Amino acid sequence: MKRIIVTCLLLWPLLATAEVGAPPLESPGTDVYDTESLRRGAKFYVDRCLSCHSLKHLRYRRLQQDLEFSEDEMKQLFPSLERIVGTMTTAMDPKDAERWFGVAVPDLSERARALGSDWLYTYLRSFYGDVKRPYGVNNWLFKDVAMPNVLWDLQGEQKAVFKEIDGVTVIAGLEQAKPGKLSPQEFDRAVTDLVNFLDYAAEPAQLERRSLGKYVILFLILFGFVSYRLKKVYWKDVH
Amino acid sequence: MSNCNCKNFASKLLAWIDERFPLSQVWNEHMAKYYAPKNFNFWYFFGSLALLVLVNQIVTGIWLTMNYKPDANMAFDAVEAIMRDFEWGWLIRYMHSTGASIFFIVIYLHMFRGMMYGSFKKPRELVWLLGMSLYLALMAEAFMGYLLPWGQMSYWGANVIISLFSAIPVIGDDLATWIRGDFLISDVTLNRFFSFHVIAVPLIIVGLVFLHIVALHKVGSNNPDGVEIKKLKDSNGVPLDGIPFHPYYTVKDLFGAVVFVTICAWIIFYSPEMGGYFLEHPNFIPADSLKTPEHIAPVWYFTPFYSILRAIPSKFGGMLAMFAAIFILFFLPWLDRCQVKSIRYRGNIYKIALGLFVVSFVTLGYLGTIPPTPTDSFFGAFFTIVYFGFFLLMPIYTRLEVTKPVPERVVWPLKPLLEREGWHWDLVRKAIATLQSTSWYRQAATIACGYWQNLQAFMKNNKYLRHFL
Repeated sequence: MKRIIVTCLLLWPLLATAEVGAPPLESPGTDVYDTESLRRGAKFYVDRCLSCHSLKHLRYRRLQQDLEFSEDEMKQLFPSLERIVGTMTTAMDPKDAERWFGVAVPDLSERARALGSDWLYTYLRSFYGDVKRPYGVNNWLFKDVAMPNVLWDLQGEQKAVFKEIDGVTVIAGLEQAKPGKLSPQEFDRAVTDLVNFLDYAAEPAQLERRSLGKYVILFLILFGFVSYRLKKVYWKDVH
Repeated sequence: MSNCNCKNFASKLLAWIDERFPLSQVWNEHMAKYYAPKNFNFWYFFGSLALLVLVNQIVTGIWLTMNYKPDANMAFDAVEAIMRDFEWGWLIRYMHSTGASIFFIVIYLHMFRGMMYGSFKKPRELVWLLGMSLYLALMAEAFMGYLLPWGQMSYWGANVIISLFSAIPVIGDDLATWIRGDFLISDVTLNRFFSFHVIAVPLIIVGLVFLHIVALHKVGSNNPDGVEIKKLKDSNGVPLDGIPFHPYYTVKDLFGAVVFVTICAWIIFYSPEMGGYFLEHPNFIPADSLKTPEHIAPVWYFTPFYSILRAIPSKFGGMLAMFAAIFILFFLPWLDRCQVKSIRYRGNIYKIALGLFVVSFVTLGYLGTIPPTPTDSFFGAFFTIVYFGFFLLMPIYTRLEVTKPVPERVVWPLKPLLEREGWHWDLVRKAIATLQSTSWYRQAATIACGYWQNLQAFMKNNKYLRHFL
């Protein structure tokens, strides 16, 4: 009986992730305190993403302060920005987006937190060639996504390897078809930086939150000790 | 000299007030001369903790209201602005959102305590009824508050629950429209929910808390032994097993509050989403009336009742079952026919029944958070039957109970762990013995003992810290 229960418990996670059709989520191992990584991610984002995806809740001033950009670096990063005010919106008209892609382009300062780092990291690395799609690519994690693979020149081209399960063709994995400008390791690192930046952009307060927390908890533990002794002193005569 | 003057002034001021307002009398009746049983255990922290969370929700709520905009076009962005642009806005918001979930944890444990030790029984029926009314008000408060961030789950969660009313025959559709103020959840709904959340329901809650405490202090607190301490009094009329609430329980509750706040601080600073249970991930996307999320789940504290709703195939039947599951708790004092209060002296039949009730409540809660599958629906239906069985069969099985004799006075003021009886204490002792036999524990214990001795020596030599030993 015990053995059956143990076996069931061990098999449970296998069954739970055995969902056909989507790749398992991979964790990028980001560190929001790695300012260099955030800066690389921010530059990458401005280069490749910002023309469509806004970060409308993230202020330029906040970005400059948290990522320690100088005034000159800000000018280089955002040439058309005259003064460092406002939030990181995009020039693209939502109506144009609907006409070109069929859907409104989501704002990533909101969406990144709803999706989470693991999802974004896996998603950005799961594009593969598919001639049936308008931009020639499909995504293993997000089937028939409207977004083209904007990182194709860095990653190279991937193709899907199919297998059949009960007469249904599903993707078994992705493999490199053409090499890109970056090696797979370099590409993964670049995507990690980007995801790290998005994680920050979705909740800039986490920089403050996490660094402050340990002091608050340390104080509370000390206070807890004092209040425990106080209770002991008062309760000495209760039998 | 100056100290003496101060004291003189303070006592004069107090006398001045006492002539006009019964300040000393209230203080004595409810704190300094309110005699609480001396054997309160861990489970008795949650009453004062609930009050602490209520204060936290009101104070953080006031500051959130200063910066929030109850407008369908601005609400989501206003919350994001609080999280990003306002000084300490993120802390206040996380304190409020964590506080909401923690409130329910505290209240569920507080109610479970009452069920374990029979705190709802005569003469405390009114305390229980007022407490249940508080629980209802708290559910309304949480439900309406959850719409305010105007995220996808706010919108669709409210949509699912309000559309339940449309299942009522004849008046259903009109009733749902009347509640929403519109044909779908809209700006009008948001505004009225805001009004209810920040003023109407909090007023009711504060009023009920007042009545709950007044009723409790009239009859006196129950205790883990379920003994009425007022039966045996000394020559001064003080219960033999009672100690003044202040200072004994004020210092004890202070310690409990600090430990509790430490746990909350860890959540607030390191895991405010609590894995998607305290803040659901789809709620970081603004409400969109045209896009239904794949899986709509209420926040975890409503999921046991949501599971009961889903367990009944018809919508109207499900709604009735859900409300019945909540309202049946009101009748607990009259469903339980056993004369003995505390689970310590009750029969095995009640212990098993209460255990099954807890298992069914937790399982239903878990099932409510995941998308339904046929297997889950079966378990949902099964545990719904267990849940209702606990209450509906109670008048029968509590009559059949073979109880143990209840002592005259409280017998477990501070009983050492080794002397406690019962299989669950056997398990605890076994677990501790296993832990103590590991080399890791011995190493850690030696180091901790060393630190403790050093600290004690340091405190002994310090003229202020000395008093704490």
